[in-house]
Amino acid sequence: MPEHTGPVPVPTPETRPYWEAARRHALELPRCRTCGHCFFYPRAACPRCLSGDLEWVRASGRGTLHTFTVVHRGMRDFPLGTPYVIAIVELAEGPRLMTNLVGVEPDPACLRIGMPVEVVFEDVSAEVALPRFRPAPA
Amino acid sequence: MRGRVAIVGVAESDEMGKLPHKSAFALHAEAARNALADAGLQKDDVDAVFTAGLWMASEAAEYMGLRPRYIDGTQIGGCSFIAHVEHAMAAIAAGVCEVALITHGESGASRIAMPGTRFGPDSVRLQFEAPFGVAGPPTGYALAAARHMHEFGTTSEQLAEVAVATRKWAALNPRALMRDPLTVEDVLASRMISWPLHLLDCCLVTDAGGAVVVTSAERARDLAKRPVYVLGTGEASTHVMVSQMPDFARWDAARLSGERAFAMAGAGPADVDVAMLYDAFTIVPIMALEALGFCQPGEGGPFVAGQRTAPGGEFPMNTNGGGLSYTHTGMYGIFTLIEAVRQLRGECGARQVPDCRLAICHGLGGMFSAAATLLASTEV
Repeated sequence: MPEHTGPVPVPTPETRPYWEAARRHALELPRCRTCGHCFFYPRAACPRCLSGDLEWVRASGRGTLHTFTVVHRGMRDFPLGTPYVIAIVELAEGPRLMTNLVGVEPDPACLRIGMPVEVVFEDVSAEVALPRFRPAPA
Repeated sequence: MRGRVAIVGVAESDEMGKLPHKSAFALHAEAARNALADAGLQKDDVDAVFTAGLWMASEAAEYMGLRPRYIDGTQIGGCSFIAHVEHAMAAIAAGVCEVALITHGESGASRIAMPGTRFGPDSVRLQFEAPFGVAGPPTGYALAAARHMHEFGTTSEQLAEVAVATRKWAALNPRALMRDPLTVEDVLASRMISWPLHLLDCCLVTDAGGAVVVTSAERARDLAKRPVYVLGTGEASTHVMVSQMPDFARWDAARLSGERAFAMAGAGPADVDVAMLYDAFTIVPIMALEALGFCQPGEGGPFVAGQRTAPGGEFPMNTNGGGLSYTHTGMYGIFTLIEAVRQLRGECGARQVPDCRLAICHGLGGMFSAAATLLASTEV
């Protein structure tokens, strides 16, 4: 594994199941057993109804590009190198998350808001894999 | 609460720009000293201190040798100081304090005696945003700009119109940092920071201080300058991290804060004579114009076209030269209050808006996360 130069997340007790699933290259989301709301980021209380009765559900890993930016003046030593794409993906299950779009030219002319995308995990340490997204077949 | 309190003193620090010889606290003190002088008040008249961005708000009070009976360190980003006016109004109306000093000093460029970052590697910000390369504010604002362009057809040229019009106002303000003429072509040719935002779509990063003194309408009548009455206030918060923004093309917090302020004032957008709309990036005032009801959602781009917000245009906006060309320390909100008060008093010289009776100040916090709106006038 090449040395990862970017920030590496440190889980808390309430986010650890998410990162442990990611390490297995699975995208899991918290869902409220009281109101059914599926949300992101993981937390110990449902942001819709404040219930603490939550469960983890396996997500499809598919979604659409909700918005994006092509970063030219970026984070120092960021492993993707500039320019890179920061994206907000709307998952098929509803929640949105921040990610990178990879496997595509970092050029607005090659990207389209609404395009289908799918998750691809990148191992950045023995414990952590980051969910990035790439264009998917429609 | 309409008209119960007034802004009676406003000022910047002695110097503004790049000031490696001054700490953030020195900038607080200069601005506070100047604002109290503007009001005709003494240091010992101050019994309440409001500030944002410090470890403790009382650090600013200690530095200035103040011993306030009421202290408020509400930190909701750059709009905090506008929200502080609402908080001061409530405290003064409740009789808890009488003379509120709202103070800001930030060594945004030189970073002298600035509070450190507080985000640990297990914060949600470092778990769910930083790993994807968020490099300061431009990346977050670009996400909203791109979605606004996608949904409404807003163009880079329309964004650039804001920077150009604001620079024309700056040319009329001796205290503005950037006063050379600017064209739409210059903005579009400036280097890309985070598509769709070019360098000249982004605000300055400066060192400066600003302060505002608020007191009861009764006390205000005996002071040095004509009181500027607070007619309406509103604040709102919807999220913190940009990835949690409820709608990337519509600024919910601004809409909510604006509705509250207009309702208190008993006024509407058509009544406003001059607008100070926080311009950290060119997209921000465009989305504020929509959210505050100056135009319909999606019409902000066409609204600013044709230099409508420039000197001589029908909608004078950011007449100090804004965060884009006058100063932007990191938390710009206090400067909207300072310029609005000067316009309402008729102190603005070459950039004075004629017949200026109702001003709106609107601030941004975080990543479109929070907003505060204030309506003010010399007439109640």
